[in-house]
Amino acid sequence: MNAPAPVDNVRNFQINFGPQHPAAHGVLRLVLELDGEIVERVDPHIGLLHRGTEKLIETKTYLQAVPYFDRLDYVAPMNQEHAFCLAVERLLGIEVPKRGQLIRVLYSEIGRILSHMLNVTTQAMDVGALTPPLWGFEEREKLMVFYERASGSRMHAAYFRPGGVHQDLPVKLIEDIRDFLPHFLKVCDDLEGLLTDNRIFKQRNVDIGIVSLEDAWAWGFSGVMVRGSGAKWDLRRSQPYECYDELDFAIPIGKNCDNYDRYCIRMEEMRQSAHIMKQCCDRLLKEPGPVSAVDNKIVPPKRGEMKRSMEALIHHFKLYTEGFHVPAGEIYAAVEAPKGEFGVYLVADGTNKPYRCKIRAPGFAHLQSMDFMCRGYMLADVSAILGSLDIVFGEVDR
Amino acid sequence: MDETLKELAAHIADALPDAVLGTEIAYGELTLLAAADRIVNVLTFLRDAPSCRFVSFIDICGVDWPKREKRFDVVYHLLSPTLNARIRVKVETDEVTPVPSATGVYAGALWFEREAYDLYGILFSGHPELRRLLTDYGFDGYPLRKDFPTTGFVEVRYDDERKRVVYEPVKLNQEFRNFDFLSPWEGPDYVLPGDEKATAPKAG
Repeated sequence: MNAPAPVDNVRNFQINFGPQHPAAHGVLRLVLELDGEIVERVDPHIGLLHRGTEKLIETKTYLQAVPYFDRLDYVAPMNQEHAFCLAVERLLGIEVPKRGQLIRVLYSEIGRILSHMLNVTTQAMDVGALTPPLWGFEEREKLMVFYERASGSRMHAAYFRPGGVHQDLPVKLIEDIRDFLPHFLKVCDDLEGLLTDNRIFKQRNVDIGIVSLEDAWAWGFSGVMVRGSGAKWDLRRSQPYECYDELDFAIPIGKNCDNYDRYCIRMEEMRQSAHIMKQCCDRLLKEPGPVSAVDNKIVPPKRGEMKRSMEALIHHFKLYTEGFHVPAGEIYAAVEAPKGEFGVYLVADGTNKPYRCKIRAPGFAHLQSMDFMCRGYMLADVSAILGSLDIVFGEVDR
Repeated sequence: MDETLKELAAHIADALPDAVLGTEIAYGELTLLAAADRIVNVLTFLRDAPSCRFVSFIDICGVDWPKREKRFDVVYHLLSPTLNARIRVKVETDEVTPVPSATGVYAGALWFEREAYDLYGILFSGHPELRRLLTDYGFDGYPLRKDFPTTGFVEVRYDDERKRVVYEPVKLNQEFRNFDFLSPWEGPDYVLPGDEKATAPKAG
């Protein structure tokens, strides 16, 4: 008689997460289908920041295409430029001088710290911690000043150019970077003190967002996402570019494949980056030399030269109007960007503009797996997993 | 490096004689030209064969060659962590012929194929949800095709009277500036203004 009334209007609940949600790390709209608090399905809607970068690059010369790469993953701008420059250099067959390579490595590692610092601290904020971003962003600010002192711009640097880098670094700047590092390692320790053994942080991250290595490869994961699943795979080591094979650094890997392991890897990678930067600074202070290739058919002449040499003036004029021609061919160049493998597939047709420039952004491959990763977890885990994927919409939407 | 790639190319071509149409090695990179209808076999072989193990999915993208009869290239990039090698597989298709979807082989192909469909209009058969990804809701056209103008056709703005976003045909205050800086001596084959008189038959 008192049997419970048949429940007939129970249905799954659909909610919109974003596009204006602070934990969405930009403009992501997630359509979540919930059964109670359990996530049944995730449908990410992206493209709200789509700017048609690939189309724009097709209408610009090779040199004019460089600044578009700053605007992809805007927390580590120079790493993106790096991939494009490598692609162009391989097609042209030019070699970057050692000092240019060292500067590139130095600034790529600064980019890695910038990106990991943002990710680790904001992911902590997604799960409830407020202090880490305040501490971490102070260091990011200092690193961005190093960007500014080298290139004139805090973020949109356009500093790496095909053939090398735009300008040499002043000695004072290299010394300042070197002196910044010991202090930075202390900040890393402080951050770890806040998070690594923090009970709340662990409850929100340990055993959340588990991906097996097999799935990670098949979903197109790279970088921290595969290292977190136990692959000892880092392009800086396995397919070395620039002078990474001459530098000493370790590759941390995880074994539990969860959010917490990825956090630990990012923290350790920041320390390793600092170690690489130290080696670069020491060598830059000792070894003078040119910072870019000297072929004036590709690299514009210096300002001082232009005042005296007619040849230099002609080269300058030709390079900034017509630009250099790249021989026909296709190439895929990838770098270990902070978020994973950032690749540029470049098809050249022999003119001064790229015929096709496909940008393979790591975040794009990571974000598509949201449905696969969040299924069966709770609603609150969605933002923890999203934070751990390290998404920046500049590169996902392109 | 090139030697091992050559061996690998020969090995793959032997194993899949009717699916691999050719191999190329350029800039230290191996490219396979495959038959579009056999692409799933090729990818499965590359993933599973113990001598290949291209387990890591990297990229799928389209390239548009409007002058060709089959105007699109679909380019697959794969990575083998065991061999520490990369491979590129290319198939050709046109606007109406679908390419079998790679989603069954690599789960990660899902969005990359949606993107190629969105930006080029390349069709994939067997894809679980082939809908637009990057462009706006209700967008029309395929923006990365070479015949699509860089400026697009419509622009959006917020209309204060109607209290909503409205779509209008794109109005440019200044024409889109796409200067042709190619050297007139080495550049493309076209007639510069005035040059047509030089070759025209003399009057009288």
